[in-house]
Amino acid sequence: MHVISLTASDLCLAAFLLLLLAASSYHIRLGLERRMLLSGLRMTVQLLLIGLVLKGLFASASFPLVAFMSLIMLLVAGYEVRARQKRRLAGVNGYLVSTGSMLISSFTVTFLALTVMVGVEPWYTPQYAIPLLGMLLGNTMNGVALASDRLTSEMYARRSLVEQRLLLGQSWQEASGDIRRDCMRTGMIPIINSMAAAGVVSLPGMMTGQILGGSSPLDAVKYQILIMFLIATGTGFGVLAAIWWISRLLFDDRERLVLENLSTVK
Amino acid sequence: MTEVHSPLSSPDAGSGLHIDRLCFLDSGPFSLHASHGECVGITGRSGIGKTQLLRAVADVIAHDGECWLDGQACSSVKAPQWRRRVAMVPAESFWWYDTVAPHFPSGLTEEMTRVRLRKLGFGDDVGKWQVSRLSTGERQRLSLVRSLVLNPMVLLLDEPTSALDLKTASLVEEMVKELCCQEDMICLWVSHDLDQLGRVAHKTLTLHNHGFTEEKR
Repeated sequence: MHVISLTASDLCLAAFLLLLLAASSYHIRLGLERRMLLSGLRMTVQLLLIGLVLKGLFASASFPLVAFMSLIMLLVAGYEVRARQKRRLAGVNGYLVSTGSMLISSFTVTFLALTVMVGVEPWYTPQYAIPLLGMLLGNTMNGVALASDRLTSEMYARRSLVEQRLLLGQSWQEASGDIRRDCMRTGMIPIINSMAAAGVVSLPGMMTGQILGGSSPLDAVKYQILIMFLIATGTGFGVLAAIWWISRLLFDDRERLVLENLSTVK
Repeated sequence: MTEVHSPLSSPDAGSGLHIDRLCFLDSGPFSLHASHGECVGITGRSGIGKTQLLRAVADVIAHDGECWLDGQACSSVKAPQWRRRVAMVPAESFWWYDTVAPHFPSGLTEEMTRVRLRKLGFGDDVGKWQVSRLSTGERQRLSLVRSLVLNPMVLLLDEPTSALDLKTASLVEEMVKELCCQEDMICLWVSHDLDQLGRVAHKTLTLHNHGFTEEKR
């Protein structure tokens, strides 16, 4: 199937729709127009740049370049997770938790998928490795950011209740258990909903892209099923790791709640 | 008023609760000794750190110095275990289940718990009560019984009758006196009410920024 190339004017027309939304936001004083336009602009520049980078990367297929690209993606994702929290872990711990939890989950799952399930040779072939890692990191980032933001906010808001439970001789795990479970759910619900709605309510992006690119729908579906399982697993374990890690840092070695480790974004 | 000196640095000072040069935030050092069966009243102006003192003894805030219970240092015991032995009942209690019963670790079936609840004016159906419908005074009394379920050796009470009428407050006073007398419990009772401390405490200390003075009777 022939792929219809999009022209610059096609993209401008789509951008005009976003401008309309921004104008509506301004009109009803939502206060989101500036963020909306900046995000749109940022997305356009980032994707154009990554298009150029991927073109060079695919041509070279060198492991150091793929590893370097993956590291950059991870560090940016870690920064984004931290930036989206109202109350965040102060100092280097904040970056360590967000990047560390995504490293543990997304990288492991991507490596497993490339070596065992897809079985591409060599396993770091950038046409497979970079898009897979990108999709996993993007979704894990959302899950980890949502769960972490909720955890730090809830621990702060319900600090007296947590302390009450500590006073009754509960361990830090028991005292913060309900809050931690709520936060894990918050982080995982979006991907669970996406899985439940896939193919019925929505046609996921990767599958749509493959179909538009000329793949057979069945091949596209198989890849989409694989990626959905991988995303769910990566997001789930990323969320579990981040919540455990942050919670541990919010209690000291005497199991006292130490909210001094949190800084507030003004 | 008499100044209380004698900071205790040795765990060999006998059984009971030893607070040895305890410092927290910008306050301290505070030292005191309470024997088994003794109730110590602690008073002082608002904001001086009475609640923080109790929180430091319960080991829920960072502090310097050490607390000893029957010769065993707080830092040598796991934190949850220490807090079960040295139970603090905060001025405002918090609840996380819908009804009262699940908040009691061993349920409300223990006879001792039922007896205590009855003494404080509750019926046997209190476990089914909705927490959201409890008054402040009911919460305060239930919070005391909830902590007693842990069978603590030390009870840290932060204004335990601030939301109670005189008659109900006297029920709490009687119960704590009984606990000290019959079960050898140690009690630190924080209050602004000197008359009340005169009734329940064996001695009353006034908290200052850097130590205690003892109130003369």
